[in-house]
Amino acid sequence: MPKLDRTQKILPLSIRGVSIEFLGRCFLRTNTLEIKGGEPTFLLGPNGSGKTLFLKACHGLIEPTQGTISWLGYNSSDAYRYQSMVLQRPVLLRRSTRANIDYALRASGLSKEQRKDRIQKVLKATGLEKIAEKAARNLSGGEQQRLAIARAWATEPEVLFLDEPTASLDPGTSSWVERTLSAIVTNKHKIVMSTHDLGLVKRLGGEVIFLHQGRILERTLSKTFFECPTTPEGRAFIANELSW
Amino acid sequence: MEEIRDAFGGAFLLLIQRDTALLEIVFLSLRVSLTALFFASLIGLPLGSFLGSGRFPGRNILVVLLNSMLGLPPVVVGLTVYLVLSRSGPLGGLDWLFTSHAMIIAQFILVTPFVASITRQTVEDLMEEYEEQLTSLGVGKIGCLFTLLHEGRYRLLTALLAGFGRAISEVGAVMIVGGNIAHLTRVMTTAIAMETSKGDLTMALSLGIILIFLALSLNVAAQLIAKVGRA
Repeated sequence: MPKLDRTQKILPLSIRGVSIEFLGRCFLRTNTLEIKGGEPTFLLGPNGSGKTLFLKACHGLIEPTQGTISWLGYNSSDAYRYQSMVLQRPVLLRRSTRANIDYALRASGLSKEQRKDRIQKVLKATGLEKIAEKAARNLSGGEQQRLAIARAWATEPEVLFLDEPTASLDPGTSSWVERTLSAIVTNKHKIVMSTHDLGLVKRLGGEVIFLHQGRILERTLSKTFFECPTTPEGRAFIANELSW
Repeated sequence: MEEIRDAFGGAFLLLIQRDTALLEIVFLSLRVSLTALFFASLIGLPLGSFLGSGRFPGRNILVVLLNSMLGLPPVVVGLTVYLVLSRSGPLGGLDWLFTSHAMIIAQFILVTPFVASITRQTVEDLMEEYEEQLTSLGVGKIGCLFTLLHEGRYRLLTALLAGFGRAISEVGAVMIVGGNIAHLTRVMTTAIAMETSKGDLTMALSLGIILIFLALSLNVAAQLIAKVGRA
């Protein structure tokens, strides 16, 4: 395989017969599916349904027990430069907001000059300018989440994975996250995100992958999913009646 | 009670007068312990980082061995170094027995497990917290390790302080390999032991006060550095 070129597009993401097992127990099993660029993809499902595992496997943090995950034939570790992830509990480094973004940009191979420009741009776009010099660990939960999203977005990934980015956020910060995600989608970046915020999914549109007990039960446009889910589990989930 | 009060008074007088014999012992103690700590850090920090971040067969055995070495009896270490450096020993030709070199070696052996073990625990804890995030940011293994050491620098300072504490307070091993020779290998702890046995409590207490003062000062300095660094 030729080496990936930074200008190259790496979508679609192909997931072929992936299963993830720990201690002989299967926590996620998929058949073959492809995730293409464009509209956001939302992973829905109750707690423990395998959403986080799915995201981490796609991002390359977890090696599937069986099956393959590839980006135009390249594996996830080759494609790190093209994709970012906001973890459910993002870890910020013990340095300033600006330095946290700078760290991510340096890891993605940008020069000092490029980083300086990019940091200013991202701080401005995400409204983090006022807390740019503050120690990241001293920020509020909402500010930390905003910084985590800004840091992941700063590298201008083709695909951005987000694991429940609005969990335990106040309405104001949730609304900021939604606006930021809309801006990311408008800028032609692909979003793959797990969430329990069904209102956000309805507003942003795109497609839904519905998981339950480690299996993909539905994959359809979000509008279709909310209007006429095809599985009893999907119907129960929308009606808030499906527990783990 | 009066004897103790007199001893304290005499001790402060010696400190105020900057007694030459006292200062000589203090400076030798610092030189030996800091040199031992320097070499222990050269080995202990990388070894601890390697064990804390690496995943390889036999790692757990190495960790158990390292932790066991925390309880090394100083007199046994002293005796071993003595045998190695004695005329008939494998390194007898160096002629280091009853010199500060021998004391540095003994303290180095006692301090290295402390530095390595605390470093390992620090790096391991940080790995658990940071590894996934750093991997997600595309940071390689070496970059990850350097980031962890930077993030845990104040905790590592504690490792060095613990090492220094172990070195400066050591008496058994340095007594055996140093011999407590005046103007040559007499350090604070061996001098305290000797002066106490001689009944000169004033000198013993003076040295004891300095020893405690040094330990306190270093801890305060480390706390301040950590506080300023985190601000």
